[in-house]
Amino acid sequence: MDRKHKEKMIKMTFLVTASSSILILFLIMIFLFMEGLPIFKEYPVFKFLFGNEWYPTADPPDFGIFPLLIGSVLVTAASSAIAIPLGVMTAIYLAEIATPRVRGIVKPVVELLAALPSVVIGFFGMVLVAPYLQEVLDVATGLNLFNAALMLAFMSVPTICSISEDAIFSVPAELKEASLALGATHWETIFKVVLPASLSGISTAIILGMSRAIGETMVVLMVAGGAAMVPGSLFDPVRPMPASIAAEMAEAPFRGDHYYALFATGIVLFMFTMLFNILADYVAEKHKQVGAATL
Amino acid sequence: MRIKSIILAALMVMAFSMTASATSMTVKGSTTVLPIMQKAVEAYMKANPGISISVSGGGSGNGIKAIIDGSTDIAMASRFMKDKEVKLAMEKGVYPVPFAVGIDALVPVVHPSNTVAGLTRAQLKDIYQGKITNWKDLGGIDKKIVVISRDTSSGTYETWEGKIMKKERVFAGALLQASNGAVVQAVSKNKYAIGYIGYGYLDKSTKALTVDGIEGNPETASSGKYPVSRFLYVFTKGWPKGETAKFIMYLLHPKYGQAHAKAAGYVPLY
Repeated sequence: MDRKHKEKMIKMTFLVTASSSILILFLIMIFLFMEGLPIFKEYPVFKFLFGNEWYPTADPPDFGIFPLLIGSVLVTAASSAIAIPLGVMTAIYLAEIATPRVRGIVKPVVELLAALPSVVIGFFGMVLVAPYLQEVLDVATGLNLFNAALMLAFMSVPTICSISEDAIFSVPAELKEASLALGATHWETIFKVVLPASLSGISTAIILGMSRAIGETMVVLMVAGGAAMVPGSLFDPVRPMPASIAAEMAEAPFRGDHYYALFATGIVLFMFTMLFNILADYVAEKHKQVGAATL
Repeated sequence: MRIKSIILAALMVMAFSMTASATSMTVKGSTTVLPIMQKAVEAYMKANPGISISVSGGGSGNGIKAIIDGSTDIAMASRFMKDKEVKLAMEKGVYPVPFAVGIDALVPVVHPSNTVAGLTRAQLKDIYQGKITNWKDLGGIDKKIVVISRDTSSGTYETWEGKIMKKERVFAGALLQASNGAVVQAVSKNKYAIGYIGYGYLDKSTKALTVDGIEGNPETASSGKYPVSRFLYVFTKGWPKGETAKFIMYLLHPKYGQAHAKAAGYVPLY
């Protein structure tokens, strides 16, 4: 086989692999919509999104996912509030301040955290953190929004830290050297040169971390408490969308209204994740650096 | 030598899978019935080598779903079929046949340190409707009650709804747990919690409450005195034949299957 044909073959292989993965994702999306949309024939969209009552097995059933939606948003927001500063600052420390030896030990450890199965983190939150929170804060239950946010932050810190660190680390040395040569201190260089140059990478890291938090199922099923109501405080139990889907899908009659409603909840979740990704793309595009700092 | 042993192993696997495929069965469904089924299947396969039965959980609804679409031979359920499910089965031309395999007492449980010893059905209903919110109103300490329930689609929840709630809804502030085990875990870790579980899951980590002054146990459940008891079922697709029939007979036999039900913490039928 001559070089030209070989080249063509390799090109084709990559094309087939890429297009099949896109096709599969597309088919999953179609399936999701096919199984979710029929609920809106029985139940109005507005009532589904903004209804306050989630009683899928009552007669007649109520499919208002508003408390679940709010639960998901709040848990994600609270966990981001914890995970973003922690993750980004750890990344700055590792990339800019830590000695190579410290970096060589700490980075793999942080990445190892990402390998912890979510059920282990959930169990940890349920058996150790929940009773502790209840005792120390004197709240009714330790299975609440705050506990879930803590556990989710645990899971998204490695993602945020690892990707941010890569972005910060790959800022070209000449940018830093130029800044230092002009008389800027190390701190000024980090905050005014390195961080802006790696902003697109960091924002991607943050959004990926948040996507992980909003879609995470096991942890919220185990530690969020599962009360389908809009929480009044940080220490009230909530029922995020993935928890609801996981808890109920097994027993929802196949192709019944409840089944459709759970898939429709999946569509809403999908929309959220997609929104996050579009946002990440937009931020990355807007802060794209040109010249030497192009990532 | 090595090739020989590989070929031998392959042949053995083939022979094994052939005998297995001749008489293999699947059982799916309720996690409440699961402990009985696991014990029974283990003993049955020991007594009848060459028969392989695979058992998996997933919930009553899932088991019934599987019997309707034909993906399992036997379904386990901690509740009877719903009207909707019967209708769906009829549409598909499937006639599920139920067999009761045991009786279960659903017991309300609290933290062992709780001083309340018993509640009436009316009190339980008020607690789960969110009308009684403080242990003080029930003769306990002045603390908010943390209400724990199963998720709305579990068979256990449906029994509770039918026998205690009487068509009223469990209020939205109740914490929902996805399994009997999770309820035990949550109640044992919270001094102010109340939950309800199948009798088979009762142990020292939680304290059982009496209902209307009656203790929930195998005797009161089988005599019908205890108000929150239920039958546990298996369903077959049509009247069972051949190996399936033999296994069902085994499950119902007072010496075999029913003894396993007792060993799993439930009430035998005979």
